[in-house]
Amino acid sequence: MTLNTTQERELRVRPIKNGTVIDHITAGQSLNVLRILGIPDLSEDVVSVVINASGAHGKKDVVKIENRELKVREVDKISLIAPNAVINIIRDFDVFEKKHVIIPEHAEGVVRCINPNCISNSSEPVTSKFTVTSAGGRILLRCEYCERLISENIAAHLL
Amino acid sequence: MTFKDLHIISMKDFSRDMIDHILNPAEKLEPIARGMEKSDLLDGKVLSLLFFEPSTRTRMSFETAMIRLGGQVLNLGSLEATSIAKGETLADTIRVVGGYSDAIVLRHPKEGSARMASELVSVPIINGGDGAGHHPTQTFLDLYTIRRESHMDNVKIALAGDLKYGRTVHSLCYALSLYGAEITLVSPKELRMPDEIITDLKTCDIKVTQADSIEEVISNVEVLYVTRIQKERFPDPAEYQKVASSLLITPQLLKKANPELKIMHPLPRANEIDPRVDKTEHACYFKQSFYGVPIRMALLSLIMGALE
Repeated sequence: MTLNTTQERELRVRPIKNGTVIDHITAGQSLNVLRILGIPDLSEDVVSVVINASGAHGKKDVVKIENRELKVREVDKISLIAPNAVINIIRDFDVFEKKHVIIPEHAEGVVRCINPNCISNSSEPVTSKFTVTSAGGRILLRCEYCERLISENIAAHLL
Repeated sequence: MTFKDLHIISMKDFSRDMIDHILNPAEKLEPIARGMEKSDLLDGKVLSLLFFEPSTRTRMSFETAMIRLGGQVLNLGSLEATSIAKGETLADTIRVVGGYSDAIVLRHPKEGSARMASELVSVPIINGGDGAGHHPTQTFLDLYTIRRESHMDNVKIALAGDLKYGRTVHSLCYALSLYGAEITLVSPKELRMPDEIITDLKTCDIKVTQADSIEEVISNVEVLYVTRIQKERFPDPAEYQKVASSLLITPQLLKKANPELKIMHPLPRANEIDPRVDKTEHACYFKQSFYGVPIRMALLSLIMGALE
């Protein structure tokens, strides 16, 4: 017996009635996305994760969070590691709202500065802060304290 | 343009107009800096100096600048005699000292410390050097020296020495580019400016070229800016000797120099400049260290609201 695509998807992860589906996450980054969103540490929501699903543009990850509607601004910081992610708010099995994440101008408390001598890596009461720019599809983070650049593998420096 | 209560943290916060606004009054303040005229421009004002690392020129020129303008200076003194020895954070120290003074000069080993300090207090913070990070008042006095001793617009300048670790050179490149400078970087391969910094400079539209020896550029440039080569960077003393001698400025080397060439050095020097060069018309590093006084007088007067 062969399954059509819809059946196959439903067998993997069933649709949710209410909540948020984050789609088109860069393949392999879903667990980091959850980490940035503070899930499950900060919530008791039921979460399903699909890693390496087939999408129209190659592999992608998908995250489904039941009974919680994430605010788009709240989720924007995941764009640092998943710039193509799409947030779907689901109500009664239907997509109520669909929005692309927007790369924020500043990222606070998300990433650790790569400079071990930066004040944000010391025992001082200070939260890491970066100015975010993107050039040619690449995201660049400049530490607002020591001005050091992070241009590669941002996920490796998540707090 | 008002500079009252402005934090002085990084050159990247300054446009060309803003830099000119600091350099312009400095020349008028020179007679006061030399003790030839008296001033009470900063009478009643208090400047705190928080130096967590050694300093001669920066600390003393700030003190002189303040005293010459009739102001007072509070010194943190030795760290052992303060609450820092009891484990007080820099953040708390800054908040406390902010209540005692009209401005604070901070030198601290951690990069970004001055930026953090500026977020905590309303009195202006002057970054007096944050680790390998920024030292903007050094850059202001360097620019002022170039303006007084050579010329600012489209100056041909070579930066020689340790370009790898000294990010003050990076700040200077950025500031010079605002005046259309042609910059040549001269260093042995061990001390070359890191590629990421050169890429960063080029994204700011800064024209830089590289050369291996001073001899290649000495006849062409108008300013030669030499930085100290730190012996402790080299595990092998023989390697240090080799690198240091390849960049040594001697009277013989200067025979090929542009007659108008000015040699600058932020000091202290190690062995980069032969002492016999001091007597030549080219040497201007001691004038440069003096210019730290009028430039800091101008800066203090502006941020304390005594000058518009």
